[in-house]
Amino acid sequence: MRALLISKWTKAAVFLLCLIPFCDLVWRALKSNLGANPVEYLQHATGDWTLRFLVFTLCITPFRKLFKLPDLIRFRRMLGLFAFFYVSLHFLTYLGPDQSFDFSGMLKDVAKRPFITVGFLGFVLLIPLAITSTAGWIRRLGGKRWQMLHRAIYVTAVCGVIHYYWLVKSNVRKPLFYGALVGILLLWRLGDWFFKRGSAVAAKLSTQRAPVNPIR
Amino acid sequence: MTQSQRSMGRQTMLIRKAPDLTYADVTPKSVYLDRRNFLRAMGIVSAAAFAGKGLFDLALPPQTVLAATKLTGLAKSSFSTTEKQNTYQDVTHYNNFYEFGTDKSDPAKNSQNFRTAPWTVSVEGEVKKPRKFTTDEIFKIAPLEERIYRHRCVEAWSIVVPWIGFSFSNLVKLVEPTPNAKFVAFESYFDPRQMPEAKYAGIDFPYVEGLRMNEAMNPLALLCVGMYGGTLPPQDGAPVRITLPWKYGFKSAKSLVKIKFQEKMPPTTWNRLASNEYGFYANVNPTVDHPRWSQAKERRLGEFFKRPTLMFNGYGDQVAAMYNGMDLKKNF
Repeated sequence: MRALLISKWTKAAVFLLCLIPFCDLVWRALKSNLGANPVEYLQHATGDWTLRFLVFTLCITPFRKLFKLPDLIRFRRMLGLFAFFYVSLHFLTYLGPDQSFDFSGMLKDVAKRPFITVGFLGFVLLIPLAITSTAGWIRRLGGKRWQMLHRAIYVTAVCGVIHYYWLVKSNVRKPLFYGALVGILLLWRLGDWFFKRGSAVAAKLSTQRAPVNPIR
Repeated sequence: MTQSQRSMGRQTMLIRKAPDLTYADVTPKSVYLDRRNFLRAMGIVSAAAFAGKGLFDLALPPQTVLAATKLTGLAKSSFSTTEKQNTYQDVTHYNNFYEFGTDKSDPAKNSQNFRTAPWTVSVEGEVKKPRKFTTDEIFKIAPLEERIYRHRCVEAWSIVVPWIGFSFSNLVKLVEPTPNAKFVAFESYFDPRQMPEAKYAGIDFPYVEGLRMNEAMNPLALLCVGMYGGTLPPQDGAPVRITLPWKYGFKSAKSLVKIKFQEKMPPTTWNRLASNEYGFYANVNPTVDHPRWSQAKERRLGEFFKRPTLMFNGYGDQVAAMYNGMDLKKNF
C-alpha cells in the first residue's frame, strides 16, 4: 500500500483523474452538449466539483489517522489546488456570462445578495491558501503559522455549503448532503483535538507526578 | 332515453356498415392516445424475451419525448412576437415541473409514462354552470390559435415558445361566474404513484396557482393545449395548462384538473412556501428583485450574456392598466 501511495505514477494518475471533470466540460462545450442552458450547466458543474474537491481535501487528515496511511499527505496539496481550480472556473462563469466582466457591478451584487456574498468569501479565502501552498511558503511562514492560515479551508467549505443551500429553491437534499459530509469531517477534527488535548493533559500530569515518587 | 331506445341505439351501432368505422371506434381511446407507450411496452416485452430487458434499456436513448399529435388549422395571433423561437429540444428538456423532479432535465426523463388520457378538468365554485370538461371538449371551446409568447422564469432565464390554445376567457364565459367570483384557482394533477420524485421537491402538492378575475379575463391569458404545431408533451403540462406571459413562469400551472372560481384569494403553492420570495401577483418586474437574486436581467436560452428584463415581460400595453394604483413593489 505504501509503495503504491508514494509512487510518482500514482500521483500522476490522481492528477489525471482530477482533470476528468474539466475535460468532460471542455468536450461537452466543443460538442454543444451542455443542455439548453450551457452557462448554468458550467456553473453548476464547476460548483459541484469545487464542493467535492473541498470534501476530498478535508478527508486526507482523518483518513491518514483512521487508516494509518500517513503517505496520503502527498495528495492533499494537489486536491486543494484542484478545489481552487474548479472554484476559479466557477467564479469566471459568474463574472463573465452573468456579470458581463463588469467588476464594479459584480462587487455590488456580492454586497447585495447573501448567497453570493458567502460564496465569494469562500473563494477569496482560498486565494492565499493557493499562493502559499508551496514548500517555500511553508518555510517562510513557519509550520505553525502556515497551518493556522490553512485552517481557512474549514471556513471555505462551510461557506460553500451555505452558498449552495441558499441558492436552491426548495429541494435541499444535495446541499444537505454536502453539509453532512463537511459537518462530519469538521466534527472529527474537533473530536481529535479534544482527544489530543486530553492525552496531552494526562501526559503533563504524569510528568508532574513523576518526581513525587522517584524511587518507584 | 328509455331502456329500449338505448338498446335500439346499440343495435343500430351493431348493424353499421364496416366502412363507417374509424380506427377510433375499434381502438380504445386510452390505448390510442397512449400508443407510443403501448408500442414501447410491446417492444420491451418481445425484446425481453430475446435479449433481456437490461440490454434493451441500454439501447433506448436516455431522453425520449413522445411525439405530439399534430394540430392543424391554427389561427395566427396579433399577440405573437417575431423574436427567434427556442428549439423544441430546449423547451422539452429544460423544465420546471417539480412533480417529476427538481432538476431541469428531470421532467423530460420522468414524465414520459404520464397518463394524460382519459382526462377531465372540473370547473367549479362560484359559477352558474359548473361542469367537467374532457380534453376533447376543451379543444372545441374556441378556435385554436398559435401564440408565440416570451416566457420568463423567476430563476432569471427565458424562452420564446409558439404555444397553441385560446384565451381563457372563452371558458370563463361558458360557465358563467357569479358576482361572488373574484379569483380563479388553478390546480394541477397530482398522483404520487406516477410522480415518485415529488416527495423530494420540498413543495406541497397538488400544485395550486391563482389569478384575480380581471387577470383571468385578460385576452393574453391563454388556455394552452399545444405547442410547436402539436399537442403538449407531458413535461410541458399535457394535456392542458394555463400560460400567462406577463407573469413569472411558476404562475402558469401545468396539467390542470381543477379550475375553481372563488371569492377569496387562493393560497398558492410558492407563495405559501416563501411569501417574501414569491408573491401572489408575480408579475415580471425588473425593479423588484427576488431576495436572493436580481430580476433586472435574464438569460434567454441560447444566449451567452444576460439581456435586460422588460416590465411585465414586455406585455405592458396589454396588462399594465389592470394594476393602476397598485404599489407593485408591495404587491410583487
